[in-house]
Amino acid sequence: MTANSIVSISGLNKWFGDFHVLRDLNLEVGKGERIVICGPSGSGKSTLIRCINALEEFQEGRIVVDGIELGPNLRRVDDVRREVGMVFQSFNLFPHLTVLENCTLAPIWVRNLPKKDAEAAAMKYLERVKIPQQANKYPGQLSGGQQQRVAIARALTMNPKVMLFDEPTSALDPEMVKEVLDTMVDLANEGMTMLVVTHEMGFAREVADRIVFMDEGQIIEANTPADFFANPQHARTRLFLSQILR
Amino acid sequence: MNDRAASAFVRQELVPERSAPIKTTGFVGFLRTRLFNSPTNILLTVASLLLLWFTVIPAVRFLLFDAVWRGTDRNACLAENAGHAVGACWPFVQAKFSQFIYGFYPQAERWRVDLTFILAALLLLPLLIPRLPAKGVNASLFFVAFPVIAFFLLRGGGLNGFGISWTASLLSGLVDSMVDAGRKLTSTGEVTAVVGPILALLGRLIVVLGIAASYLIRPLTWLRDQVQLCSRPMWADFAVTAGIVSVLAFVFNGGVRSGWRSLLTSLVVFAGIGAVIAALGLDHGGLPVVDTRLWGGLLVTLVVSVTGIVTSMPVGVALALGRRSTIPLIRIFSVAFIEFWRGVPLITVLFFATYMLPLFLPGNFTVDGFVRVLIGIALFAGAYNAEVVRGGLLAIPRGQTEAANALGLSYWKTTALIMMPQALRHVIPGLVNSFIALFKDTSLVSIVALFDLLGQLRASFSDPAWATPTTLFTGFAFAGMIYFVFCFGMSRYSLFVEHRLNAHRRS
Repeated sequence: MTANSIVSISGLNKWFGDFHVLRDLNLEVGKGERIVICGPSGSGKSTLIRCINALEEFQEGRIVVDGIELGPNLRRVDDVRREVGMVFQSFNLFPHLTVLENCTLAPIWVRNLPKKDAEAAAMKYLERVKIPQQANKYPGQLSGGQQQRVAIARALTMNPKVMLFDEPTSALDPEMVKEVLDTMVDLANEGMTMLVVTHEMGFAREVADRIVFMDEGQIIEANTPADFFANPQHARTRLFLSQILR
Repeated sequence: MNDRAASAFVRQELVPERSAPIKTTGFVGFLRTRLFNSPTNILLTVASLLLLWFTVIPAVRFLLFDAVWRGTDRNACLAENAGHAVGACWPFVQAKFSQFIYGFYPQAERWRVDLTFILAALLLLPLLIPRLPAKGVNASLFFVAFPVIAFFLLRGGGLNGFGISWTASLLSGLVDSMVDAGRKLTSTGEVTAVVGPILALLGRLIVVLGIAASYLIRPLTWLRDQVQLCSRPMWADFAVTAGIVSVLAFVFNGGVRSGWRSLLTSLVVFAGIGAVIAALGLDHGGLPVVDTRLWGGLLVTLVVSVTGIVTSMPVGVALALGRRSTIPLIRIFSVAFIEFWRGVPLITVLFFATYMLPLFLPGNFTVDGFVRVLIGIALFAGAYNAEVVRGGLLAIPRGQTEAANALGLSYWKTTALIMMPQALRHVIPGLVNSFIALFKDTSLVSIVALFDLLGQLRASFSDPAWATPTTLFTGFAFAGMIYFVFCFGMSRYSLFVEHRLNAHRRS
């Protein structure tokens, strides 16, 4: 583990029943580093980042997030989750709460912030994702792209040190993908540590410090975007790239 | 030929005037397009009209036009005295009205029932109107303070002690029964063969534990005895309890730093309790006791159904959560509980609570029969509600819990803020369904000699002074209307709540 790494995964193994879904994974993420994880479906990308905030439990190995160790028994789950924000493929906004309430719920109930302060902070983040005018609408009244930006704002209200994105644009119409990606680029430019599972290779090329290619539950190749696209080493990587970059 | 030439047009002859098409709006239009537009619809319209003719007209005639409105006994409602075929005999309802409402509740004490009804209405109405403020205070008054006040108002009786005495009596009773059980086990063990020594040892262990516990609660019992020696034990006990609880509230909520608010709350609450005690005179005997066997009519129906509805909700929510728990013991208990109560008819539950339970309980431990029925109904309805609520929980996508978890919300906060609000909104129709069913099922308590509205009604049929051919129909029509008013009210209010809470589904 290097001195300035904020997420450190070592010897991670996970099984779904008998299926060995993550195999001996090691990954160090430095502070402020942007990592894009790609790979064919079923390769364990989502499972990997869901392990980081303990939405999935794992059987072997250890994950350290900002100095908090998450062993197989998941005892310090809540401490880790407070430091890690997550954005889901299907948004998972709370439909019975307004946009503003979605963004103030966790600060009020987890961080014990007074309601007024939480609302002021939430408005700041909603402005950052450029939808402050929708604050009093319900999620069901927004477009997919707007909902995903609210989800990003909601995660940011907890002041996370790391942001996880689980295919954030896969459920969106093509013309909405851009607005979400722009928000993510802004976030990256502000120096947020990000782990992004995505098939948006344009985003990877533009933003990522490192691209991690996974297949069959293991990391096949990790490299800078320039080298990854121009000069893939492993045969499996070349096959994958040839399929998606036609 | 180019496109321009193809679109050129010159009118050759003018369009003549025509009469307007057949009207499709207004009353005649409605008749034409909806009721008589095809042979099938004509048939259906005629059949419906006949149905209305044969049901509504006789009902209106019976209830209004042929009805007798004035009279003092059965003679007024006989056809030969009235001079026409007699419908509803309303004087009967008039004469028995107070019985339908209060049952055999003593005449002189009926103001207590009225006062309870008024209090309930005053507390419930503002709770049901969303625009009014202070829902928290209002809810705690209705759900916590009101039942206690209603108990002392309706049943009467006073208090000998307060918190200290109750806790001390409860604990010493527990310790006594422990020692007693240990002694019995020891003596059984001494005369039993093979397993005897083990039983005896176990018995002695329980005795020792019981004696140790009795030393542990010694300070409390001592305090109780001191309090009871005072000239006014109730108030002494009250003061001591208030002091202890307030100090605990103060200390546990941050002491000097931030405990002042809870100290104030605690003192205000105790002041309120004290005021109620003084107002009802609970410290010197309170109101005369009216045995629950004298209660009846609408009073019983409302007490049973409101208690059932209010207590079955937390039971149902707890069981629904328990059934989804990851802890096997809790899950198995919840499943067993739900399946047991759902598998047993309500009548059996009532019989068991009334006639069998006293046989099992220890001799000196009695619970009022009416209270046993209330508990039985609450658990029964709770098991039903549990499944309704579970249905709502199942409808919530897994992503909701994941999102809440990812934000760092604990299990209880996720349940209270994310799961339950959504689940309960999904199942409002189902819940109100079971509330209405419960309201009407209360009439089953007449089977265990409690006279609810319907039971009281049937009892009044046997009065020879009002025996006429239409008494029975009049009585049931009246009871039906009362039940309908309450059930329809619940139904409409639930629609209003649904509409209000589901704002997020309208776009």
